[in-house]
Amino acid sequence: MNVVLASPVVALVGNPNAGKTSLFNALTGSRQKVGNYPGVTVERKAGRLPLADGRSAELIDLPGTYSLEPRSPDEAVTRDAVLGRLVGERPIDAIIAVVDATNLRNHLRFALELKALGKPMVVALNMIDLADRDGIEIDVAALEELLGLPVVPTVAVRRRGLEALAAAVSSRLATPATEALVPDGDIAPLQREARRIATAAVRSVGAPKRWSERIDGVALHPVAGPLLLAGLLFFIFQAVFAWAEAPMGWIEALIGAGQDLVNATLDDGPLRSMLVNGVLAGVGAVIIFLPQILILFFFILLLEQSGYMVRAAFIMDRLMAGVGLNGRAFIPLLSSFACAIPGIMAARTIDSPKDRLTTILIAPLMTCSARLPVYAVIIAAFIPATQVGGLFNLQGLVLTGLYLFGVIGALVAAAALRRTVTRGPSPSFLMEMPKYQWPAPRDVGIGLYQRATAFLVRAGTIILVSTIVLWGLASYPKPPANWEGTALDYSLAGRIGDAIEPIFAPIGFNREIAIALVPGMAAREVAVSALATVYALEGVDEENTDSLVETLRGRWELPTALAFLAWFVFAPQCISTLAVTKRETGGWRWPIFMFSYLFAAAWLAAGFTYWTARALL
Amino acid sequence: MAIPLIIDALPPHTRALISAIDRAGIDPDTARRLHELGFDEGVDVEVLHRAPFGGDPLAVRVGNMVVALRRAMAALIEVELA
Repeated sequence: MNVVLASPVVALVGNPNAGKTSLFNALTGSRQKVGNYPGVTVERKAGRLPLADGRSAELIDLPGTYSLEPRSPDEAVTRDAVLGRLVGERPIDAIIAVVDATNLRNHLRFALELKALGKPMVVALNMIDLADRDGIEIDVAALEELLGLPVVPTVAVRRRGLEALAAAVSSRLATPATEALVPDGDIAPLQREARRIATAAVRSVGAPKRWSERIDGVALHPVAGPLLLAGLLFFIFQAVFAWAEAPMGWIEALIGAGQDLVNATLDDGPLRSMLVNGVLAGVGAVIIFLPQILILFFFILLLEQSGYMVRAAFIMDRLMAGVGLNGRAFIPLLSSFACAIPGIMAARTIDSPKDRLTTILIAPLMTCSARLPVYAVIIAAFIPATQVGGLFNLQGLVLTGLYLFGVIGALVAAAALRRTVTRGPSPSFLMEMPKYQWPAPRDVGIGLYQRATAFLVRAGTIILVSTIVLWGLASYPKPPANWEGTALDYSLAGRIGDAIEPIFAPIGFNREIAIALVPGMAAREVAVSALATVYALEGVDEENTDSLVETLRGRWELPTALAFLAWFVFAPQCISTLAVTKRETGGWRWPIFMFSYLFAAAWLAAGFTYWTARALL
Repeated sequence: MAIPLIIDALPPHTRALISAIDRAGIDPDTARRLHELGFDEGVDVEVLHRAPFGGDPLAVRVGNMVVALRRAMAALIEVELA
């Protein structure tokens, strides 16, 4: 009777903080496809949901929203997806509405709004264990009857109720859709209906354990709160350096072994030079920072999933208000510490256009993980690893200082922008503060896996290609026999370096740096691999086995190293960031503005650092 | 007899019921989001925390949810002590 066509599309929809992404991870495992919706930069996550009849559905995790009336671009994606208006997307066949069992009064309203669309639908009563703990008893049968929908209690983080949920989806898919009611935008009647249903189906026994509030008593304390936040950030940056030391040593040894192997098996020639000095030196210089990047992402994921990130936004709001932003902007800005691209995309959750534009423009000032390799190499080469005050590592302190420098630069830039190019009314700040939760190891693991993959794909594509191109530029044309300088001087890269060196000479940058900054535009961490390639090729003796750190120590003076660090605090961002900014702001105007102001800021910061260091040292 | 107050003036950890929301004082989108977050006449609220640096913003429990909002907006929500 039934003709098996393409697999049905099932969407997870729900309020933010309903545990939607945990449920998605639990249902689909780690085999997820993360991409973008065409034309917009909202992340599209899809996976396979096995159905009871042996088929499988495509499960889509839609951005969390409070209603079908969007206030921000990612909420608009959710609305368009459930209404079947997204270009290039198959229409949705069924909806899983995820509701927080401890907050039915609010979450049921959105579920009712979704029900009115008439699509086959199942309600996942998520976090039922927290409801039990809080003394909330839910009569599931009564809830099903009042809603007129199947309700499945689930605990996403403990994988409870998943099979029942899949079974309920399977049987709903077999039922036809009913007439859709056009949403009229008035939520008051739905709100009343939701409260009526919640009151009828929920019984509170005993007083809830309000441990979230007790944690907040410390986390949001006027004195302890900011100290805790500062302490956490400091600890994270110390850990990034300390914990990564051993794995970085292993990776370095592995790359060295790879270079030895190529040197031993291949005859001297362009191929060997390209593999050893180009691919292995260049890509290796970036891959080595994978442990640090993963540690930073690990902590960001913990902060996000535990619910602390929102508290940080709460603490920071006042400070942000001082420069014309709001606490909501703090979350995209914190993501930008990992990478400006997801940060700029996360700015989509900001509803005020001026506020959003300002956030986008300052996002690259947050020290992204791509700058970590640059900082790490220079710090390892020039800052001694001495203990300060018996407690802190000087290298960690300098790294923390660089991050702070970026944040202060961003605040100053925001204040200046809000008074000039993005002048406008001060936006409001309205944000749900979810309950604290233990981060689920699986969710952290999947998040880390996706980020590690993204980083390695970058290393394997953009960085590999630009490293090989740079190797070519730095190796050809070969100098004539009577050439007195180095081969690099004669090469195309050397000539490009000569051409742009006058711009950088006043701020203490040598020609090698000038050369490295050009491919550094493709991705910032390429600056490190570029330096590694340039110096590897420049090596006079063929058996140049010095690591980049040792090479730099011998070639640069301290003022140049410090100026280079200061440059990268403001460094004009990579091409991907500019491309995302163009897409997000709808034209070339803002990316060009962004590039120009950051270039000027970077030049001045490096210059002042260089001149001051020269005067003092 | 209930005493009318605005949320911003509510002493911490004192339960009250929302008696009126000055929706004319905010743009319609924000008023709607306020509603979606559970701010509605008759709902019980309680100020839980105030941020450092001037007590702004506030963390308010509204129903079962905790919502952060700035003092300027908290001044538009009138409550009666329960």
